[in-house]
Amino acid sequence: MAKNQSEYLIKRNNNEYEVVIGLEVHAQVLSESKLFSSAPTKFGAEPNTQVSLVDAAFPGMLPVINEFCIKQAVKTGIGLNAKINKKSIFDRKNYFYADLPQGYQISQYKNPIVGEGSIVLDLTTGEKIVGIERLHLEQDAGKSIHDMDPQNTLVDLNRSGIALMEIVSKPDLRSLEEVNAYIKKLRSIMRYLGTCDGNMQEGSLRADVNVSVRKKGQKGFGTRCEIKNVNSIKFMQMAIDYEANRQVDVIEEGGTIDQETRLFDIKKNETRSMRSKEDAHDYRYFPDPDLLPLELSDKFINDLKKNIPELPDEKKKRFIEKFKLSPYEANILVSDIETSKYFEEVIEKSDVKLSTNWITGELFALLNEKNLEISQNPISAKNLSKLINLIKDGTISGKIAKSVFEIMADEGKDPQIIVEEKGLKQQSDPKEIEKLIDKVITDNPDKVKEYKSGKDKLFGFFVGQVMKVSGGKANPQLVNEILKKKLL
Amino acid sequence: MPDIIDLTLVELVDKIRKKKISSKEVTAAYVDRSQKSKKLNTYVTEDFEIALKKADNFDKNPNYEKKLPGIPIAVKDLFCTKNLRTTAGSKILGNFIPTYESTVTENLWNAGSILLGKLNCDEFAMGSSNETSFFGNVQNPVGENLVPGGSSGGSASALAAKLTPTTIGTDTGGSIRQPASFTGTVGLKPTYGSCSRYGIVAFASSLDQAGPMTRDVKDCSLLLEVMSSYDRKDSTSVDFKRGNYLKELNNSIKGKKIGIPKEYRVEGMPKEIEDLWQKGINIIKEAGAEIVNISLPNTKYALPAYYIVAPAEASSNLARYDGVKYGFRSKGENLIDMYEKTRSEGFGNEVKRRIMIGTYVLSSGYYDAYYLKAQKVRKLIKNDFDEVYKKVDAILTPSTPSSAFKIGEKTNDPVSMYLNDIFTVPINLAGLPAISIPAGIDSKGYPLGLQIIGKAFEEQNILNIAYSIEKEINFKNKINDWWM
Amino acid sequence: MGIDLKTVKHISKLSRISVDDEKAKKLEADLNSIFSFIEKLNELNTEKIEPLTSIAETNLQLRKDEIKSSNIREQILKNSPEENKDFFVVPKVIE
Repeated sequence: MAKNQSEYLIKRNNNEYEVVIGLEVHAQVLSESKLFSSAPTKFGAEPNTQVSLVDAAFPGMLPVINEFCIKQAVKTGIGLNAKINKKSIFDRKNYFYADLPQGYQISQYKNPIVGEGSIVLDLTTGEKIVGIERLHLEQDAGKSIHDMDPQNTLVDLNRSGIALMEIVSKPDLRSLEEVNAYIKKLRSIMRYLGTCDGNMQEGSLRADVNVSVRKKGQKGFGTRCEIKNVNSIKFMQMAIDYEANRQVDVIEEGGTIDQETRLFDIKKNETRSMRSKEDAHDYRYFPDPDLLPLELSDKFINDLKKNIPELPDEKKKRFIEKFKLSPYEANILVSDIETSKYFEEVIEKSDVKLSTNWITGELFALLNEKNLEISQNPISAKNLSKLINLIKDGTISGKIAKSVFEIMADEGKDPQIIVEEKGLKQQSDPKEIEKLIDKVITDNPDKVKEYKSGKDKLFGFFVGQVMKVSGGKANPQLVNEILKKKLL
Repeated sequence: MPDIIDLTLVELVDKIRKKKISSKEVTAAYVDRSQKSKKLNTYVTEDFEIALKKADNFDKNPNYEKKLPGIPIAVKDLFCTKNLRTTAGSKILGNFIPTYESTVTENLWNAGSILLGKLNCDEFAMGSSNETSFFGNVQNPVGENLVPGGSSGGSASALAAKLTPTTIGTDTGGSIRQPASFTGTVGLKPTYGSCSRYGIVAFASSLDQAGPMTRDVKDCSLLLEVMSSYDRKDSTSVDFKRGNYLKELNNSIKGKKIGIPKEYRVEGMPKEIEDLWQKGINIIKEAGAEIVNISLPNTKYALPAYYIVAPAEASSNLARYDGVKYGFRSKGENLIDMYEKTRSEGFGNEVKRRIMIGTYVLSSGYYDAYYLKAQKVRKLIKNDFDEVYKKVDAILTPSTPSSAFKIGEKTNDPVSMYLNDIFTVPINLAGLPAISIPAGIDSKGYPLGLQIIGKAFEEQNILNIAYSIEKEINFKNKINDWWM
Repeated sequence: MGIDLKTVKHISKLSRISVDDEKAKKLEADLNSIFSFIEKLNELNTEKIEPLTSIAETNLQLRKDEIKSSNIREQILKNSPEENKDFFVVPKVIE
């Protein structure tokens, strides 16, 4: 358990304020069809082409629940070390909005499918455990488009009815770093499980943030505000920072915080109160009479438990134990399922240490530079593995390998072929190297004299010359060994 | 040979199968009579031309294996019928034309029958007299300016006036049984989960059930067979073995135990109703069944509980009528304005009252005191029935506390209107099956019904008991076609 | 417990039904009369009773994760009050 040192404090006058953050994440469930209807869920379809009669709330339409979505929610709960509730109830959350065709959302109120759990954050200061309050299933709403028509709002119901998992954290987060780590970890776990693709740009992962402040050391929580409409981690952090400071200012001036919902304005970088709050939504929750309570058997839950893949925390542990990786390295390699899959494929046939270095070093640098995800990696695991083997067996030097790597990144070729074509094989024949060394020695008698008389630094000069003369291909270790002998 | 329109459904099916009459003849006869009966205001939408064509097609290519071969049927305008306007008796559905069919009506058409048109009803099935419909009041063929009952008033009236050989309705608090009683016809509300709710405009989801409305118990049995099915598109549909209700219909009730609940003897109940009930009791005794006095102690709480649960569910079910996707829309300056105007203009007063009650009982601070409490009372009422069903096989009660009243007589007082459902509502709360059969007339000559309540999924039992009583009483509806 | 005019206005806002003052007054009277009828339930002590969660005697039916409804946009928009072949059109929302 890491020292729970939150460096994120807001100082005003002589007071230090701690920021208390809770996150409500909405994660779209990966499934073929929607939660209560058989319409498709793919992102990016033409408007209103993925809408069933049920989704559009036609008279007489009724919900029928998707079994797979239930499984996805339970799997996610298992991945969060959470209590799976054997009985849960679907409630109607009643309110009016253009993209809510039924005039209510089918959600879960007092009896969610998943209860308390926890998630481990990987911070620079170590690990921190954050509590999960609950996870429930609910319908997503459609989309209202306000900027296509000056007089009107256009409504697309494609998204209406897609299954969402709402994951509510306990108010255990204390800094922007922790928020980042939380979202990343949660996203990673769901991607490992295949229950959500975590694509924030496409809207399959969204979050509402609850922020409150309290004087450092104070027991109990201050009044919190909810910030909606933040769809990237960066904006979340900006919003939290603004809001926390705003609240501290209010308190310092002797005011009190109103519990309210606020929107984050990305242009002005500030939060503002949402209008018409006097109607503070009265959702009038009641159990949906078109459905029955959901009852899960032990067998249902256990079958899912048995088939949970190795999750990031376990994998990290295993990498550290089995491969002797450092926690830092392990973290990077397990942070996303695609990365860990890649790593595991590469080390099937290659040296672990080298693989680790090349992936966390050269490969990640390349991906960052080209702004690519690991899934868009131009260098296949097979090819990287080959490259590493070429280094390991001495065919090429580490330095040459870097050049080959660059060519692989551009052309996606097999490294063996590149080495052949460009004649980059390392020169590792001692006899040949001796010849080269002899030539260099012969060509530089003054330097030899100087070296022998004590100028040790000149050793590097000779190494350099040998490399130059060999076109960079001489095996550096051998050069060193033989040169040493020759210069004695 | 009797007039086509005087034949029962079962007789019609038989004659059509024997090729003694054609579907075209039957359909034409009903179309003709319907067209002459506009005064009753039973139809909202007629589909006569197409019906005649379909009848023609049937005759050219008949399939006598079907249970309702070539039979024309008009249905309550709460069932969504593909390509034919569906209104639910409301302005707010505008000119809504469904692109889909309800499961129950699909079952009818698959059985070979033909849609005649959509019948008037109380708006969104909320009412007991068919006086809340946007399309005007329905007249009871029994007598001028009498209500036919509701909400399936158009269905009951059309049935009694012989504008359709048979029909279907929906029952949430008595909307099939009460109009059956008022019009001297037979109406059955099946066990909750027996008939699919898919495609039926929803009023109160945990109470609504579609059911047959017919001239006699035999017809009722046949129609129930066709209507009742397990439907995967309705999560509250129950998969149980549905009987051959007509084939197994018999009037032998010897040895059966019939309960008489003392709480149904309400204060101020007209003597005629008491007498009718006694008549029913005697018939049953004569037929060899045993009469058992029982108690359903929470009966008097049924109506108040119903008027919490039903409006609550309705307030949510009717939220979709917002002018966005279909139906009537009123011009608004912005979205909220549009909602408010549309719903204010589109809904009638009774519907608005119930939406408001429903919204209130679910609202913050009141949920426990009202909705949750009502659901607990509902449990008590169901327990009452479960208890007595350990001792009896069925229960006999009057269907309604009075016969048909005059149009306008109760419209000023919502509560007095609600009291019409006092005998029918507990059955919906408990999800049980019940049938109303005409058993006599009162001093004004208006029909009165007796209700037989059964155990869940034991429709055959109540059909049999009803059959035996019906045979004894031999009720004849004396309707003199005053409106033609 | 009575329903006053303020409550009537509040409920009508929640249910998105506009009521003018005259209608509100009539509603106040009607609703109060209905509520005194409903209040009868207060006679019962239901503390130890479990509320009914469903009257349907069956288990929640689970559906296979298959796509059964593909592009039916025309059907979906066919009854739309405002003509548009791609979207539902509504007056602007005031944020």
